Amino acid sequence: MEHIDMLVDWSRAQFALTALYHWLFVPLTLGLTFIVAIMETIYVKTGDEWWKKTTKFWMTVLAINFAIGLATGIIMEFEFGTNWSNYSWIVGDIFGAPLAIEGLMAFFMESTFFAVMFFGWDKVSKKMHLLSTWLVAIGSNLSALWILVANGWMQHPMGMRFNPDTARNEMQNFWDVLFNPNAVNKFLHTVSSSYVLASLFVVGVSAWYLLKRREVKFAKRSIIVAASFGLLSSLYMLTTGDQSAYQVAHTQPMKLAAMEGLYKGEDRAGIIAFGILDPDKKPGDGKDPFIVKLEIPGALSFLGYHDLQAFVPGVDDLLYGNDKHHIAAIQQKIDEGKKAVATLKAYKEAKKSGDKERAKAALERFRAHEKYLGYGYLEKPEDAVPNIALTFYSFHTMVGLGTWFLILLILTLYYTMINEIEKKRWILYAALWSIPLAYVAHEMGWIVAEVGRQPWAIQDLLPVGMAASNLASTSVMITFWLFAILFTGLLIAEVKIMTTQIKNGPEEH
Amino acid sequence: MDTMISTYTLQVYWWLLVSIIGGFFVMMTFVQGGQTLLYRLGKTESERDLIVNAMGRKWELTFTTLVMFGGALFAAFPLFYAVSFGGAYYLWMAILFFFIIQAVSYEYRKKPNNLFGERFYEWMLFLNGTVGIFLIGVALGTLVTGGHFVRNDMNLSHWTTGSYGLEALLHPFNLAFGLMLVFLSRVLGSLYIYYVIDDTEIQKRALETLKRNTLIFLPLFLFVAGYILSQNGYRYDPKSHVVSAATLQYLHNYLSYPALLAILVAGVVSLLWGIYLALFKHKNNAFWYAALGTVMTVTAILFDLGINYTVFYPSLSDLQSSLTIENASGSHYTLFVMSIVSLLVPIVLAYIYAVWRSMDKHKLTKKEIESDPHHY
Repeated sequence: MEHIDMLVDWSRAQFALTALYHWLFVPLTLGLTFIVAIMETIYVKTGDEWWKKTTKFWMTVLAINFAIGLATGIIMEFEFGTNWSNYSWIVGDIFGAPLAIEGLMAFFMESTFFAVMFFGWDKVSKKMHLLSTWLVAIGSNLSALWILVANGWMQHPMGMRFNPDTARNEMQNFWDVLFNPNAVNKFLHTVSSSYVLASLFVVGVSAWYLLKRREVKFAKRSIIVAASFGLLSSLYMLTTGDQSAYQVAHTQPMKLAAMEGLYKGEDRAGIIAFGILDPDKKPGDGKDPFIVKLEIPGALSFLGYHDLQAFVPGVDDLLYGNDKHHIAAIQQKIDEGKKAVATLKAYKEAKKSGDKERAKAALERFRAHEKYLGYGYLEKPEDAVPNIALTFYSFHTMVGLGTWFLILLILTLYYTMINEIEKKRWILYAALWSIPLAYVAHEMGWIVAEVGRQPWAIQDLLPVGMAASNLASTSVMITFWLFAILFTGLLIAEVKIMTTQIKNGPEEH
Repeated sequence: MDTMISTYTLQVYWWLLVSIIGGFFVMMTFVQGGQTLLYRLGKTESERDLIVNAMGRKWELTFTTLVMFGGALFAAFPLFYAVSFGGAYYLWMAILFFFIIQAVSYEYRKKPNNLFGERFYEWMLFLNGTVGIFLIGVALGTLVTGGHFVRNDMNLSHWTTGSYGLEALLHPFNLAFGLMLVFLSRVLGSLYIYYVIDDTEIQKRALETLKRNTLIFLPLFLFVAGYILSQNGYRYDPKSHVVSAATLQYLHNYLSYPALLAILVAGVVSLLWGIYLALFKHKNNAFWYAALGTVMTVTAILFDLGINYTVFYPSLSDLQSSLTIENASGSHYTLFVMSIVSLLVPIVLAYIYAVWRSMDKHKLTKKEIESDPHHY
């Protein structure tokens, strides 16, 4: 068992490493492609060569960022096979489709028109070039759509049925998978927050120029484009964030409880505006989870159920059950799950021996317990609880930063519009330092989504322990370190190259 | 709605698509081939820049085709994805490693303050073109030589050797397959450089390298082709799905499907014709004959390995665990949905073709590179 735990930990570590690195590069690409497309549109409309130069500068930054996002992305796709081979089989029939569609619909569009965008300035017409730039933006965002359809399905699986003969889940309805409310919302929240990050990046870099009193015209114009784009995205992001909480409350209540550090469920549950968790707190021990907290009463009930009075279950209710609110204990689900595992096995054996009657009976019993099959692979109820501190702090950091970005974008846009931004040096400094904060917020978002889902690889369906490839844990450890060194080296190179380009400024373009 | 087409038809269709994507990928490795010829063909810095830029405008397409190959396998044959990737772990991870290093190298090589220096990124391009392509060949070779895996009745699998795929490097056929791909990519790379670059010195050297690499490629190809055709292979009973040893299965498949044999022969002829046109007629567009020939040849080889009830991934540990297009495939529904999506393929090919044409209308010259501040 210890071996399995080590293996799963290393497999998760490697996947988390890849995902977190991948996500350092992708959001900037998703947003910056639109920002350069807007800038180039202004160039084509006005014919002002100055806008062409500005577009080209931000494109250079985009290119430096683009390649490394691609590199880390390919590993993620293949890691589903290399490190999560049971997963690849058990849900591959559903999960593989969006990934393949992503390749066909999005990646080819991106990579084909990317070449035109960079090398086609003198080779194709102005309009064709502009179209190519927009197609790169649309292509990269389409690829985000499909991968988030896949991720949304992991959070809230639907449109499939378990086939005991092949021992996997099989797709029953493609539209359910595509229009999964969780997937749609995840896509909107992720891309809008990516636009915010890219806007903050452009605003921050421009602020740096203004602080250095150089490229003034360039910086101000870039701020106008980026901050307007960012502000709209930011407002939209808030509504999708609200929708996300509603989704989570209904499909992943344990994640919601972890996000708010809510152990004991209550009516009129509040949101913790600020809080420090007691590190010794364990589920069911009755202790107060918080050392300090500042709470907004009723807010969580409203967020999760759009009703100030609604009951929000806590970790303890979900773990040990709550009769009043008809919540079954995890142990009950595990017992059901074990029956599902056993009857599935009986079915397989009966089928192998050719005993049709016995197989039919076993299958009927399996169908009765099937819903909890995933729980049958959990060892003890406490395994069903994610890391609460990590989920809680990540969530609150993300929300706090998201709110700050909205304020910052309003301020920068306003003072740039009234042409006083250069005098407000504190805003410029704040904008500059918000670049790394934007990245922090993004990584935190993924931690909430993925750590909050634990122990499930697919919510309620497949725990990570069952999903991993059956390898020696040292093998995964070796590749983890290899990739950690490689990614870190590439990241340092990227940051150095990018800062050098920024320091050299747009004049060279 | 989807009961009109049998599952088996869909499985064959997807095996064909995977084979075609594989064919296109191998053709596109002219990029990797060119990367390995950087110093052989480029004697000065500006010559090397020219070559890097010629390749750099296409590398993403190759990369994307590789990703598509993986994605199509995942969607259509998830059990292969699970068994092979999750088992021959080191082999696939090494392949990934040698492809990641390519992705950044074009962009970072010439940029100031790039941490490791220009030569480092050139080395990365070289390693991607040699080791990366070689390992892909080794992995593809295992479709014939098999893998050490066991699959239980829940279709969950594990590898039975602790070397997790590295043992494939001990098989001479896999090695030959890998080397053949490396030299094929160099043949295609020289042809592409000869076609796309307008520089007499580089073009002269490209023909020189083309000749040398063809002389290495041909015997390797003959060995690989001869080996496959002389192997007995395994087949499964279409009804009971029991796997058993066969006699000259791969050859038998070609003889059963003369059209496939015709594609193979036409492919080889087209490839050789391209090489001939370049070497003896100095035709610039010879690359296209060789490229088309490569797509046809590779498609015909890969397709042959899985059709006609042939086992496409034999298990060396437990014969009945072996994979076939029937037991490794996605469900009928998923294959059908994906088949509808695959109707987009001609559209994708059409815009790739259109863009490629408009971008390569004029040959690449040193002058263009020098005048473009965005060059690689």
